[in-house]
Amino acid sequence: MKAKVYVTLKSGVLDPQGKAIHHSAELIGFEGIKGIRQGKYFEIALDEGLTEEEARIEAEKLATDILANPVIEDFTVDISRSA
Amino acid sequence: MKFGVPVFPGSNCDHDAYHVISKHVGQPVDFIWHKDTDLSGYDALVIPGGFSYGDYLRAGALARFSPVMGAVKEFAAKGGFVLGICNGFQILCEAGLLPGALIRNRGLDFVCRHVNVRVETDDTPFTNQIESGTVLSIPVAHAEGNYVCDDQTLDQLEKNSQVIFRYCDPDGAPTDAANPNGARSNIAGICNAERNVLGMMPHPERACEELLGSNDGRGIFRSLTRTIEAA
Repeated sequence: MKAKVYVTLKSGVLDPQGKAIHHSAELIGFEGIKGIRQGKYFEIALDEGLTEEEARIEAEKLATDILANPVIEDFTVDISRSA
Repeated sequence: MKFGVPVFPGSNCDHDAYHVISKHVGQPVDFIWHKDTDLSGYDALVIPGGFSYGDYLRAGALARFSPVMGAVKEFAAKGGFVLGICNGFQILCEAGLLPGALIRNRGLDFVCRHVNVRVETDDTPFTNQIESGTVLSIPVAHAEGNYVCDDQTLDQLEKNSQVIFRYCDPDGAPTDAANPNGARSNIAGICNAERNVLGMMPHPERACEELLGSNDGRGIFRSLTRTIEAA
């Protein structure tokens, strides 16, 4: 099983890095980009013996305990069978 | 009286803290490797600045899982004094010993200069020898010093006088121009509800020698030693 965890800043939390990337995009001529928010992406290899539900619980616990700081960040988890 | 300075891989202000405690505070002090868990015999811990675990994931996020941090939590729960400076403040927030979080400075700069901070209250073990309202000149050096918390947490901090230091101008006014990183309500340092755990972004250990531009940090260490002596 494979978990993909996306960690993003909560709306309202300032993201100077995203702003700087947006600014650079404008400098080289990108138009129509309204805003960029930077986040983090994790690929987690899980035991193949786990059910999808068990894998989700494990990945969500990992995200809650380590990968995201609930004060400033949210996360989403996608579970899939390893290719 | 004995001080301890926990050392994580990537700590780099540990020797500054050790130097100031031994030479200027004049008290015994040990380095404590992050894998050690025996904190018996210590009266106060100084969690030093630096880049523990390379600031990987988030500043302070991985240090929180070092074995010593479990012991630090127990130490704090028993009333031991814990002073977290810069990365130490970030670690204490990540560990849940202090509320809120420290995120990227609102500018993109690593801010490294002397700032003015106002002592908001002398009602802590760390500031009881400094008159409330005193403006201290203490250096900051950080990229993630922008203190954030939700409205409810801020209300609690203000109501309980847990905001201990605020960025201010030389006259003590907490203006936006005097805020080096965008911290909410110009917060530079807070303590826990029990008042024995303090986190601050400025480096008082870098402000204990006139030769280095300021000795305004001494009052914090003096307060702490007086508190321990009186206990």
